[in-house]
Amino acid sequence: MTDATQSPAQGSLSAYDAHTAKRNTAEKRFRAYGLTAIVIALTLLVILFTTIIRSGAPAFTRTVVEIDFTLTTPQFEAAEKKLLKTKEYNMLFAGFVADAISDGALDQAAVAASLERILGKVGGDIRTHYRANPGDLDTPVAFELSTSSRAEQYLAGDITRDTLVDSRFLTAADLDVIDRMKDAGFIKTALDTTFLFGADAGVDNPGGAGIGVAVIGSFFMMLVVLVVSLPVAVAASIYLEEFAPQNWFTDLIEVNISNLAAVPSIVFGILGLAVFIQFAHLPQSSPIVGGLVLALMTLPTIIIATRAALKAVPPSIRDAALGLGASKTQAVFHHVLPLAAPGILTGTIIGLAQALGETAPLLLIGMVGFVAREYPDGLVSGFTDANSAMPAQIYTWASRADPGFYEKAWGGIIILLIFLLSMNIIAIILRKRFERRW
Amino acid sequence: MLDNTIYNERLDTMNDVKISARGVNVFYADTHAIKDVDVDIKDKMVTSFIGPSGCGKSTFLRCLNRMNDTIDICRVTGDIRMDGQDINAKEVDPVQLRAKVGMVFQKPNPFPKSIYDNVSYGPRIHGMARTKAEMDEIVEKSLRRGALWDEVKDRLHAPGTGLSGGQQQRLCIARAVATEPQVLLMDEPCSALDPIATAQIEELIEELRQNFSVVIVTHSMQQAARVSQRTAFFHLGNLVEYGETGQIFTNPTDSRTESYITGRIG
Repeated sequence: MTDATQSPAQGSLSAYDAHTAKRNTAEKRFRAYGLTAIVIALTLLVILFTTIIRSGAPAFTRTVVEIDFTLTTPQFEAAEKKLLKTKEYNMLFAGFVADAISDGALDQAAVAASLERILGKVGGDIRTHYRANPGDLDTPVAFELSTSSRAEQYLAGDITRDTLVDSRFLTAADLDVIDRMKDAGFIKTALDTTFLFGADAGVDNPGGAGIGVAVIGSFFMMLVVLVVSLPVAVAASIYLEEFAPQNWFTDLIEVNISNLAAVPSIVFGILGLAVFIQFAHLPQSSPIVGGLVLALMTLPTIIIATRAALKAVPPSIRDAALGLGASKTQAVFHHVLPLAAPGILTGTIIGLAQALGETAPLLLIGMVGFVAREYPDGLVSGFTDANSAMPAQIYTWASRADPGFYEKAWGGIIILLIFLLSMNIIAIILRKRFERRW
Repeated sequence: MLDNTIYNERLDTMNDVKISARGVNVFYADTHAIKDVDVDIKDKMVTSFIGPSGCGKSTFLRCLNRMNDTIDICRVTGDIRMDGQDINAKEVDPVQLRAKVGMVFQKPNPFPKSIYDNVSYGPRIHGMARTKAEMDEIVEKSLRRGALWDEVKDRLHAPGTGLSGGQQQRLCIARAVATEPQVLLMDEPCSALDPIATAQIEELIEELRQNFSVVIVTHSMQQAARVSQRTAFFHLGNLVEYGETGQIFTNPTDSRTESYITGRIG
């Protein structure tokens, strides 16, 4: 005993003994492991975000052809007398473009055919404009015209002259027209408001597809989740944590709550289908059903977080309140719950964020992407009308054949991530505020 | 088990007894924590409970305001009467009892609220003040009784948790006396405090004695000797000896008391 305690003192303090050197190496090694793990995680995160942003950014912009087109009054009057009026406008526009980009080198009819594939039938739009604004005749008017998805893909480099197969959508001659328009500076990039605020579109029209309606669907669903799951979860947690006796029954409930948190979300989806739609006859594909299903899924998450927050409140606070003659309910609501509030809030927002990103149960109750075709008329129909949600919309786009939807899916993911990020920021801000108050 | 001195004490002092406990047993699940204890707490006096750790003095203290009710596995039997009324009777609401029997805990536990809110909480939940002015008066009176008023009168709305340890404990005492209790239970109120803060609390206890009966659990025998008029010595769940403080410390009748006081056991 005496030998053992004295032996380190005998060696020099500046020279490591074998044991210390080994211990220090082990410590360095362990730190290196940790650092490596963090570096790997950060690298993957950076790769993930770069991929998402690079693939998704094009979804927020669209390519437009902007041309200052002038229609003279005689041209207008002549066109209005024709039998096929929009065709005449098409030809007039094509002629104008042909002059502008090729000094007459290209044939007007060929340009008109190409423009129809690149821009769609623009004659109708032009005619409508001049009939509504006759004052614009004889002066240049800036027309902003959307391009077809194939033309956009060519401009983005996804289609090249070598890979192009002539089809009714795009031909080699069209590429010449596009190149010349590009050289003339007619092709511009604009913010794609359709993507941000629009509804889902048909499988052959990725350019017209938007996530706006699905965002609204997600919003109404989150409202349902919050209103249903928060009060139930907090009440259940308070009862279990503060009032319930410790016996086999409460133990059973506790085990089941933990198990429920681990149940795959698709099981909740099938439950929702059976109970809310087939039994209760709530409207199919509606945010209220989606919200109820996700609320069930979120309950255990919030309950677990709330119970942890309640447990973290020191028992001395309860003793203090009870010792003053407060009833148990008063002690809980006046002292314990306010102290647990930041924890409950964080748990709730984590639960909501989880619910916001959930796809599988929504597909089972019919909230697939293609039902998000129009905005709800009002508050009630927001809950009951068929709608989709952001992740389901993204899933639908990702499974479509047209490559234009691929970038829409990535863009949708960016929007979803922005929402999740802002929810987390709100959680942090609220938490800080609550903590300062106490 | 019951020795004669205790019975004699009881007979002598029946007239000014505030709380009388007879045959109190406490069980934590299968552990027998308090064994057949008889104690009389006299009115307007300081009674101290001393004894080694785990001897049951805090447990017994918590019987007096039924704080043990909050522990699921704890079972209390026996007869505890306050002013002749059985406090464990079915019709007695522990919440009401605790307003009459205040408690100060070992570790200062102010609510994480303002000083004012800490003191006014008890009176508020018991509906003791109808107006803000009345409440202000109660708060000031309680803080004066807690010997804290002069130090905090300018920052009543500062958080109670921002005070020093000794001030926090005095705040807890002020909070406890705000509900106008008849008995004040103190569970090692100075064990987390430095000697100066301890001296302040002890001085305060002496003043509180004018209005309340005070029961104090302490590990410090010097403190028991300084502040209390009567002392009970607990050992392994038994009440070994109970009597005048002076007599317990100078002339104990039981050999265990003597061993503890002289530092041979404990």
